[in-house]
Amino acid sequence: MSTPNHPSEAFDENPGTARRLLAPRRHAPGSPVAAALTRRRSKRRRRLTNVAGLFAGLCLMGALYTTIVPGAQAAGDTTTAAGTAEAAGQAIYNRTCISCHGANLEGVPQRGPSLIGVGAASVYFQVHTGRMPLARQGAQAIEKPPVLSDKEIDQLMAYVQAHGGGPTLPSGDLRAGDLAQGGELFRLNCSSCHNFVGEGGALSSGKAAPSLKNADDLTIYTAMLTGPENMPVFGDSQLTPDEKRSIIDYVQTIKAQADPGGAGVGRIGPVSEGLVIWVVGIGVMMFGIFWMGSKA
Amino acid sequence: MARTAAAPGVPTTRVGKAAYELDDRFIVAGWLRRTMNKVYPDHWSFLLGEIALYSFVVLLLSGTYLTFFFDASMKEVVYNGSYAPLRGVPMSAAYESTLGLSFDVRGGLFVRQLHHWAALLFVASIIAHLMRIFFTGAFRRPRETNWLIGVTLFVLSLLEGFAGYTIPDDLLSGTGLRIFGTVILSIPVVGTWLFFALFNGDYPGQFVVGRLYIAHVLLVPGILLALIGLHLLILIKQKHSQFPGPGRTEHNVVGNRFFPTFAAKSGGLFFLVFGVCAGLGGLVQINPVWLWGPYNPAQVSSASQPDWYIGFLEGSMRLFPAWEINFPGNYAIPAPFWPTVFLPGVMFTLLALYPMLERKLTRDSASHQLLQRPRDVPVRTSAGAMALTFYLVLVISGGNDVIADKFDISLNAMTWAGRIGLILLPPIVYVITYRICLGLEHHDREVLEHGIETGVIRRLPHGEFIEVHQPLGAVDAHGHGELAYGGAPVPKKMNQVGGARRAIRGFFRPVEDPAQVELEQRAEGYGLSAAEDEGRELTTSGRPSEGGRPSEGGRPQEPRD
Ligand code: HEC
Ligand code: HEC
Ligand code: HEM
Repeated sequence: MSTPNHPSEAFDENPGTARRLLAPRRHAPGSPVAAALTRRRSKRRRRLTNVAGLFAGLCLMGALYTTIVPGAQAAGDTTTAAGTAEAAGQAIYNRTCISCHGANLEGVPQRGPSLIGVGAASVYFQVHTGRMPLARQGAQAIEKPPVLSDKEIDQLMAYVQAHGGGPTLPSGDLRAGDLAQGGELFRLNCSSCHNFVGEGGALSSGKAAPSLKNADDLTIYTAMLTGPENMPVFGDSQLTPDEKRSIIDYVQTIKAQADPGGAGVGRIGPVSEGLVIWVVGIGVMMFGIFWMGSKA
Repeated sequence: MARTAAAPGVPTTRVGKAAYELDDRFIVAGWLRRTMNKVYPDHWSFLLGEIALYSFVVLLLSGTYLTFFFDASMKEVVYNGSYAPLRGVPMSAAYESTLGLSFDVRGGLFVRQLHHWAALLFVASIIAHLMRIFFTGAFRRPRETNWLIGVTLFVLSLLEGFAGYTIPDDLLSGTGLRIFGTVILSIPVVGTWLFFALFNGDYPGQFVVGRLYIAHVLLVPGILLALIGLHLLILIKQKHSQFPGPGRTEHNVVGNRFFPTFAAKSGGLFFLVFGVCAGLGGLVQINPVWLWGPYNPAQVSSASQPDWYIGFLEGSMRLFPAWEINFPGNYAIPAPFWPTVFLPGVMFTLLALYPMLERKLTRDSASHQLLQRPRDVPVRTSAGAMALTFYLVLVISGGNDVIADKFDISLNAMTWAGRIGLILLPPIVYVITYRICLGLEHHDREVLEHGIETGVIRRLPHGEFIEVHQPLGAVDAHGHGELAYGGAPVPKKMNQVGGARRAIRGFFRPVEDPAQVELEQRAEGYGLSAAEDEGRELTTSGRPSEGGRPSEGGRPQEPRD
């Protein structure tokens, strides 16, 4: 990779960061919204600490990158922990991935692309969502429960990261963003494929942008960072880390939100509504008029 | 006034006196009596139009409530209401007030949803009603005017629905409006001019929502109301058509008087319509505009669909190849013209002119009060089924991306299936429907000629087995029924002619004792079992193989009931 990667940033609590589309806006401290946000954040933090625990090896490595110096991605620099993780990763790689991605991550023609420089984020996304190891060649890798354990994924990430660098996993609260701004950014950047409610949608030739229903925070973040398949890469210069967190906040809030109008019927709008009116609406009416009217 | 109570015809009760005073002033008694005594046939299919009528009433009522809170302005405001994910987002006042209706007005979300479900039901029932009129030939002379009014109502309801769907100015409907704009632009010669007249400038401008709003709450509903009134007046004047049947002729109407029976049924239907709309409005979410977001021309979501009744246009747009016709002199007819202006133009023109077309083709210009069963007019029925198939393929293709996504089909495959289906399916459906019509007709005639299959098998002395048939009426010397087909349903089961005891009453569970009914029926001599008790016998098939006459054992029995 020729462009320097911004290793994942430290989370910036400062509201003064540049925003797109929207004027900077914050909820007044002490307002119910702010209070709710803090409450939610602290809850998420707790959850995230657990996640962070799982990535202990990575954290150590991540410490090297916080200084935002591209040169710091010295692959040869091996602290003991990172070194063992990397070695274990290589073992796993040789067991499960080598047939398609080649002995030195250089890729195998017709089978799999090179993994040099794709970064830990890409590995996390592909393996955590079960897309890799690829089950069969098709229009698109299929999502399935992950084959490898979290620890093994960590080790694989260390191995791939050590070869050519690339985007790494973010740290901090992944939902610490501005909800409304996240909504605007989501509609602007993502809804053309994933639909405004994240229901997903068909693309051409059997491909599809998946529903975001099962995506967790880190999956969304790494998807944006790495742009799998037809999805564009949203690097930190297209969407700042703050903006990414806003989008995640919006997607997850919308998903968790109840439907105030009743049954959501898939939240896909007119198609399911049309089905409901013909099946339920006209169905009940037919029942009624059969009952009232004569049949001959 | 010196009336005595003893004078004949002078009311004595309080209500009677009040009515007398009223009639004295307005002279309504004669008209009222005629109206209340007017007879309406009560076949279930005649209630389809009433569903449309009552959903329109529901729309008027709920829509009026919405107007109290809806602000049809495209002025930009910053949202600060109670829906957190949009707080601080700039949006139009129209969208803001729709959010307000949904989250901050008491009952607002319920009424919005009620209104929208009623709108879907309205158009759906119009189509169901139209099919009833078409397939039974109710549009024939003298009712062509009402057919034309009906088609106009149908088109106007599509416009009305589209306008209502657009005015909340959300991302979904804005995308629809954008497409609508390109459709208007694609009209040759006048397109650009029309576009600027409607939008008052470039897209989207500041005016279009306000204009659609006036169209939606005043213009179109006004015309709809007037046309519905005319539609009903003509119906009352021309009297209702009816299906052929015992006692029904071209010169009478058999059914229930308006008051009290028909009025009670019709009132009940109103509550049913209201109940369905309210039930859906309260239980099933529709058009959650807060999830779509405010309209922004830079944003387009995947799976953006119009309401189902506009789906056929969306479908034709998706299926039609992007053919652009270029003329010399830098002039072109853009691609959307053919699928979205030309095609619906042809479809609705054909629909409107169908009665005249049929009259031309069949040379039948007589006045008809009796309806036809679809099977008796196979050409019309098959043509209707064919048109319906064409329409359905378009509607389904309008949602083909959602179907592709949910059922994991390739979108390209869906599009091609739609294209091929649009051309191949209608003729196939024509042929199949035609065969079904002929088959049903044939069976009717066979039953009239040979009687109902009783399911009773007989062995003749020489060993042949035959099934005993029950003739429906008198038979000729060959044992063939003499009843002619009259366009009415022919009973095909013994139960329908009293072969078994009558059905036990009760809708969900019996409300009478079956044993009691059995006894009662035996006493009256109904049913096969009763016949067996008396040693009466059923007739033979009457086929020539049996000598062409009823066997000695049993005379053909007179049909009962
Ligand atoms: C059967 C062959 C196959 C196997 C086994 C396989 N992959 Fe892949 N991999 C592919 C193909 C093909 C692609 C590219 C298409 C895609 O993304 O679906 C890919 C893409 C990737 C990418 C994304 C590359 C990028 O440009 O961002 C990553 C990361 C990846 N694989 C990691 C792995 C890992 C880790 C394993 C082992 C656990 C693995 N793969 C096993 C075939 C395979
Ligand atoms: C051009 C279309 C396109 C756009 C725009 C797009 N995506 Fe995607 N996205 C895809 C496709 C295609 C996939 C599936 C990739 C695969 O299966 O390898 C995907 C996958 C994802 C996934 C993984 C879902 C899962 O459950 O595994 C997430 C999360 C995601 N996208 C989020 C986003 C976000 C957030 C944005 C906006 C910043 C966005 N996408 C914009 C096409 C798109
Ligand atoms: C006759 C047929 C009518 C149809 C088919 C129809 C259809 C619709 C539809 C589909 C919507 C979008 C609703 C939504 O927000 O989800 C709508 C909105 C609206 N309608 Fe109607 N409508 C009809 C009559 C009326 C009448 C008679 C009135 C008022 C007198 C009215 C007032 C409104 C208002 C104010 C809105 C916007 C409010 C909102 O969207 O929240 N409508 N209509």
